[in-house]
Amino acid sequence: MTLPLPDLAAEFAACLHTAVPPAASPPENPSANGARTGAGAAPANSGAIREVEFSAKGFHLDVTVGIDGVVSAAEFLDRKGFALDAITGVDWIGEQEMEVVYDFFHPAAPWRVVARTRIPRATPVVSSIAKVFPGANWHEREAHDFFGIVFSGHPQLEPLLLPEDATYHPLKKDFQP
Amino acid sequence: MFTLNLGPQHPATHGVLRVKMTMDGEYIRRAEPVPGYIHRMHEKMGENRTWAQYLPNTSRVDYLSAMHYTHAYVGVVERALGLKPPPRAEYIRVITSELNRISSHLVWLGAFLLDLGGFTPLLYAFDDREKILDLLEGITGARLTYCYYRFGGLCNDVDDTFVRGAQEFVAYMRPRLSMYQTLVTDNIILQKRLVGIGLITSEQCRKYGATGPVIRGSGVAYDVRRVEPYSVYPELDFDIPVFPEGDSMARYRVRMEEMAQSLRIIEQALARLPDGPVMAANVPRVLKLPAGDYCYAVEAARGRFMVRIVSDGGEVPYRVKLRTPSFSNLSLFEETSRGLLLPDAIALLGSLDLVIPDVDR
Amino acid sequence: MNLPEPYRLLIFLAGTLAFVGFHAAYLVWVERKGAGRFQRRPGPTEAGYAGLLQPIADALKLLSKQVIVPPTSDAVLFRAAPMMVMAPALMCLAVIPFGETLVARKVNFGLVMVFAFGSINVMAIMLSGWASRNKYAIISAARIVSQNVAYEIPMLLVAITLLMMMGTMDLQEIVRKQAGWFWNWNLFQLAANPLMPVTFLIFYICMLAETNRAPFDMAEAESELVAGAFTEYAGMGFGVFFMAEYANVVVGCSLATILFLGGWQSPIGWLPGPWWFLAKMYFLIFCVVWVRWTFPRTQFYGLLNLSWKILIPVSLFTLVLTSVMLKLF
Repeated sequence: MTLPLPDLAAEFAACLHTAVPPAASPPENPSANGARTGAGAAPANSGAIREVEFSAKGFHLDVTVGIDGVVSAAEFLDRKGFALDAITGVDWIGEQEMEVVYDFFHPAAPWRVVARTRIPRATPVVSSIAKVFPGANWHEREAHDFFGIVFSGHPQLEPLLLPEDATYHPLKKDFQP
Repeated sequence: MFTLNLGPQHPATHGVLRVKMTMDGEYIRRAEPVPGYIHRMHEKMGENRTWAQYLPNTSRVDYLSAMHYTHAYVGVVERALGLKPPPRAEYIRVITSELNRISSHLVWLGAFLLDLGGFTPLLYAFDDREKILDLLEGITGARLTYCYYRFGGLCNDVDDTFVRGAQEFVAYMRPRLSMYQTLVTDNIILQKRLVGIGLITSEQCRKYGATGPVIRGSGVAYDVRRVEPYSVYPELDFDIPVFPEGDSMARYRVRMEEMAQSLRIIEQALARLPDGPVMAANVPRVLKLPAGDYCYAVEAARGRFMVRIVSDGGEVPYRVKLRTPSFSNLSLFEETSRGLLLPDAIALLGSLDLVIPDVDR
Repeated sequence: MNLPEPYRLLIFLAGTLAFVGFHAAYLVWVERKGAGRFQRRPGPTEAGYAGLLQPIADALKLLSKQVIVPPTSDAVLFRAAPMMVMAPALMCLAVIPFGETLVARKVNFGLVMVFAFGSINVMAIMLSGWASRNKYAIISAARIVSQNVAYEIPMLLVAITLLMMMGTMDLQEIVRKQAGWFWNWNLFQLAANPLMPVTFLIFYICMLAETNRAPFDMAEAESELVAGAFTEYAGMGFGVFFMAEYANVVVGCSLATILFLGGWQSPIGWLPGPWWFLAKMYFLIFCVVWVRWTFPRTQFYGLLNLSWKILIPVSLFTLVLTSVMLKLF
């Protein structure tokens, strides 16, 4: 249970590289690299795992996965006993990208893992992890409400917090009320 | 089979939660919570004001545990800035946070028993809570939505009246807790209504991300104060109450036991309260956070509350994400309420201790 | 009293009506004051001395409100239900003897009459729930029928036990047989049945359940069913249900007083009279209020289990025990 953090990172990396199809695992959209206005959080290449200083950041592992690696990353963390903390988005309008951030915590060990992926802002589609973590259902609906991110395979992608007829996505940076 | 709309105006939903229930007689086939009736888009508000201006917003998300919420937000900004509040401020934060936790649990106790049809405990609980509110009002000026913590410390120091009052409160509250034990917890009707009702397994808690008393009532000793230590909690001696049964009674007992533990924490923190300033010296006047994203989690009264901020280096947050415990705790209601009778589902809903603005944000 | 019979009847019926009206109103005050004291607050204080005018203010408020009949409801039954819930309680009080001669109508089968009219109450609440066409109200209607069926049985078994001991259904006769010191009361007739206090307890619990008082207020259950069968009632429509609840409490406590506590008989053997009756009845009513503000509500199946698995077997046992004891001694 108490796998040391470097081992976990290594295992995670191995898992991601095997699970991610070779087509998607090479560095995706190099345009994102460095172009990000608020750079500094994570390298934008796929499958990158960084250990970060908890006291400075608030999490231990910063994992960047490709669009197709989301479900296998969630499955890996599920096997390791992680619990879903939150799913949210960040709208990087400068790069025309949408970042989907998955936070995980561990109920038995003091670990915090952040998994993130970048999707094009024009077609924000990413696989749903609601099958792995049923709790993701609501978080994904919320992210869909706020950012318009489409979680493919989601059982019920309807507005949760916004009115049921809402067609706007208020947390998009170009949202006009 | 018929559809029953529980809420948005219903006495048992404590606010404006709607639960769409498909019922078979009084048995629930499917109960789908429909939140969002008091959605205020706090996260968008965060993107429209400076880091400091957003601080009062956080105390309005869960109005019953405002201290914890401001603590998380203040904590994340301090983490990003690398600020360290002086020890006296940290101890006062712990004292006020734990007082707030007790007052929140007291509201829960009263409201929960109201759900179960017991009217009188509400007034007793509010009577005790009043003492906490008076104490906190004396130092913060607010009774509910405190904005007492500041980046790098506190907005003002506590006086002797508060310290003495807190000591008196600890001495006063202990016998009250044992009174609640004999009057309420040991009541046979209460036992019949809670024991074995609304089972939640630890696996369900993990899959849904349920935290706080819900996961501790399912036998997992998960407490942010332990696993992601913040403030001066590592220096204080307290237990994490855990009950393995996973029923409504377990969650009830966790909260009752937590109040006793909070009293222990307050007592120790008061005894160790150091002298000194309550504000760090090097707090910049205009806050510009280094770019990047930062998280900070606290153990709020209802569970794990995490703030995730993304800064682009400016004076205004690029993104503020509030991960609220009630949201995750409510999301497992649909699964766990299946097949329950309506009154049992009400008991389960009450034992989750929901604050609807906390779900809706 | 030597009045001609029609006048006598009229006077007593008016008296009964006044009695019910006064009690229904002032029991609300007692309840609110009692609740206040149990909850460490003063209760009503504003209207009149110690809030004594509060019931009148409440009644005026309710009277001034519109009685709304929802368009989808069954309007005839919806309007009939409040009347049907109040009338039986009045009828019951017509045969309750408050004193040696203080009874509206002497009926030599008074006990049967009280139980017969007492049962109509259930139907009235069921009708109100049904006629409202509201899901909460219908759940409440279904609950109240099963609850009252379950609790009528042990209550009647207890009544039969007493009938065997007393040998009469005349309520006045039953009280007369309990004359003398308090150990002559049926509650302490341990020679006839050593379980008599238990029988009284069963009767009292059943009375709470029959009158839908907490902790058995399944029909109203405001945290589950909003207001149960009364959800759709507004103004005095609701007010009548409210009054009927207290009228039924008065009937139930009067009956318990007559059957177990010696009615108007004095506990110390002298100065019998209606004041003793009222004192005993008020004590029982106070206990009703006390229970309500102390206990949480029971679970519905717990309520039925209590009746079918505990109260009915125990009351059957006391019935058999009494008959055996009567035969032997």
